[in-house]
Amino acid sequence: MTETKRISYREAISEALWEEMERDENVFIMGEEVGVWGGTYAVTRGFYDHFGEKRVRDTPIAEMVIVGAATGAAMNGLRPVAEIMTINFAFLALDAMINSAGVAHYMFGGQFSVPMVVRTTTGGGRQLGATHSRSPEPVFAHFPGLTVIAPSTPADAKGLLKAAIRSNDPVLFVEHSTLYQNRDEVPVGDYVLPIGKSDVKREGSDVTIVAYSKMVEYSLAAADILSKEGISAEVIDLRTLRPLDLDPVYESFKKTNRGVVVEEATPYYNVSGEVAARVQDVCFDWMDAPVKRVNALDVPLPYSRELEQMALPNPEKIVEAVKEIV
Amino acid sequence: MALTDEQKLEAYKTMMVIRRFEEKCAELYAAGDIGGFLHLYIGQEAIALATKYALRDDDNVITAYRDHGLAIARGLPVKNLMAEMLGKATGTSKGKGGSMHLADKEKRFWGGWAIVGGHLPLAAGLALADTYRGEDRVTLALMGDGATNIGYFHESLNMAAVWKLPVVWLVENNQYGMGTAVIRASAVSDIAKKAEAYGMPCCVQVDGMDLQALVDYLEEAAIYAREGKGSFFVEALTYRYRGHSMGDPERYRPVHEVEEKKLDDPISHLGSHLIEANLATTDDLQKISDEADQEIAEAVEFAKNSPFPEPGELYTDIYADSMGEVSR
Ligand SMILES: Cc1ncc(C[n+]2csc(CCOP(=O)(O)OP(=O)(O)O)c2C)c(N)n1
Ligand SMILES: [Mg+2]
Repeated sequence: MTETKRISYREAISEALWEEMERDENVFIMGEEVGVWGGTYAVTRGFYDHFGEKRVRDTPIAEMVIVGAATGAAMNGLRPVAEIMTINFAFLALDAMINSAGVAHYMFGGQFSVPMVVRTTTGGGRQLGATHSRSPEPVFAHFPGLTVIAPSTPADAKGLLKAAIRSNDPVLFVEHSTLYQNRDEVPVGDYVLPIGKSDVKREGSDVTIVAYSKMVEYSLAAADILSKEGISAEVIDLRTLRPLDLDPVYESFKKTNRGVVVEEATPYYNVSGEVAARVQDVCFDWMDAPVKRVNALDVPLPYSRELEQMALPNPEKIVEAVKEIV
Repeated sequence: MALTDEQKLEAYKTMMVIRRFEEKCAELYAAGDIGGFLHLYIGQEAIALATKYALRDDDNVITAYRDHGLAIARGLPVKNLMAEMLGKATGTSKGKGGSMHLADKEKRFWGGWAIVGGHLPLAAGLALADTYRGEDRVTLALMGDGATNIGYFHESLNMAAVWKLPVVWLVENNQYGMGTAVIRASAVSDIAKKAEAYGMPCCVQVDGMDLQALVDYLEEAAIYAREGKGSFFVEALTYRYRGHSMGDPERYRPVHEVEEKKLDDPISHLGSHLIEANLATTDDLQKISDEADQEIAEAVEFAKNSPFPEPGELYTDIYADSMGEVSR
């Protein structure tokens, strides 16, 4: 039995970073407010004092050069963990991610590799308005060459961040800003999960619910509600958006013959559409109903509390979607 | 450092190889053997050679898409470069990069990047990695005049200055970014003055047609960076005799301007110097030119006889790690 302890999602991420920095001298952190401030989400609190300014580097507010310089440092042998305060600011670094980091290996015939992690936070629901509340992971997952990870639990966050840091490819590691307080059992010490493996978070037989990040929590809550009404839902956590491991989803769908995909991003051109398309392709003969999707509404997120909540997915909306097809 | 007689002769030869390489590429493009975009370096050759003499072999060089001349000066094999032009498996990037994406990791020639300014933060990162490990390499980042107007430029210079990174930023000011003259695109036309905003020492408008002058300034810059003082900025004034890329209608400059500039040719200047200094005769220079032609002809033959990449190459090297059977 692996020894575990009960810690938060934030602590799990922090622990993974800390252990990797202790393990490998080439791992270092750079980003806005990661050092003296301790990280805007307090993930790197205490790092600056322990590891020093060489390895915990406060940067100017300059997303293009944060990701671009991390890319160059990675090509030249280091393992940078760059932090972009929230994924909303990563749009500024999109070019560096996809046109530099994401193609450096391929475009030069395999000569260079970019063992870089870009950590960032995602998600709405905190009344931050349109510019600070997006969940655009599918934008990044669109591009071959990048790896995109979005864990939902403290244990997954620890195991997958360690894997990301050890990966030789550029990884976007997406943390949900409303999951940081969640606590759960996390293996102590060197716990590394494979990248690109979906995980069945709850077994069931009537319907397959596919989700990632915060939406896993909502899907599990929906499954609780459904079970009281006699509907048994299986919940699958994608954990990684690229590479996307749909084998467990197909397997589950062939058992339940019905599926709902839940995603916080707006409803078009996204992960839920991708999963639904592939499921109908592979599982057509097993389909008893169309695959349903639950996403944020197709609007920029508003500030006003009630309005914002109306726009986001929640367990009730998932329950409704399931009931439409079961 | 004054170039030695041997270095001058060697530089002349290499500049001639670059020019012949470019002329041949233009031909091959017209014949349909080279596709995509093709940006020739003709007129700017002295800069590539200056980087060779001002830097150590183990320093880092990174540049934009106008990269053939630098690749040759850096010592990448001409035949593999030509193969890359033709999209062959024997190309420097296995035929997957093309003219704009030449590189050689062993020679620390880090590319060949085609998003204007996109490689500038990479230069900062390359330099960061060296200083992190306590290595005293210098990173040379070349860019066009047009690249000094993009956000990447300003973010990169600022970070390099704040972190005192050992980068020599070298602008090849060929007076135009595609068809837009510097004065129409840049608020200050002495481009190096932009470096002053980041507290960086700079050389304004060095004669980019004068190999020795370039070597002198670049060397000063490299010494400064290597001593750990931080970044240094050099602007070299040069000119491209050909269009921005192939098929440029060149409506933005009069023909006589190009003809006048051709009189200020870096290769002719060095050739005249070699003759005046009794280092070569006209016959010798002709011989060098013929040898360059020969080398390029052999490179073309090698490239043409090389195989195209196998279809399976489509899927190789997208990721450095193999992810097993997982469908991405
Ligand atoms: C971000 C971006 N915008 C536009 C282009 C198209 N483009 C390619 S080269 C170029 C001109 C760049 O001029 P300069 O930096 O002076 O370099 P030169 O071509 O003169 O060597 C432009 C606009 C591009 N490749 N990348
Ligand atoms: Mg230019």
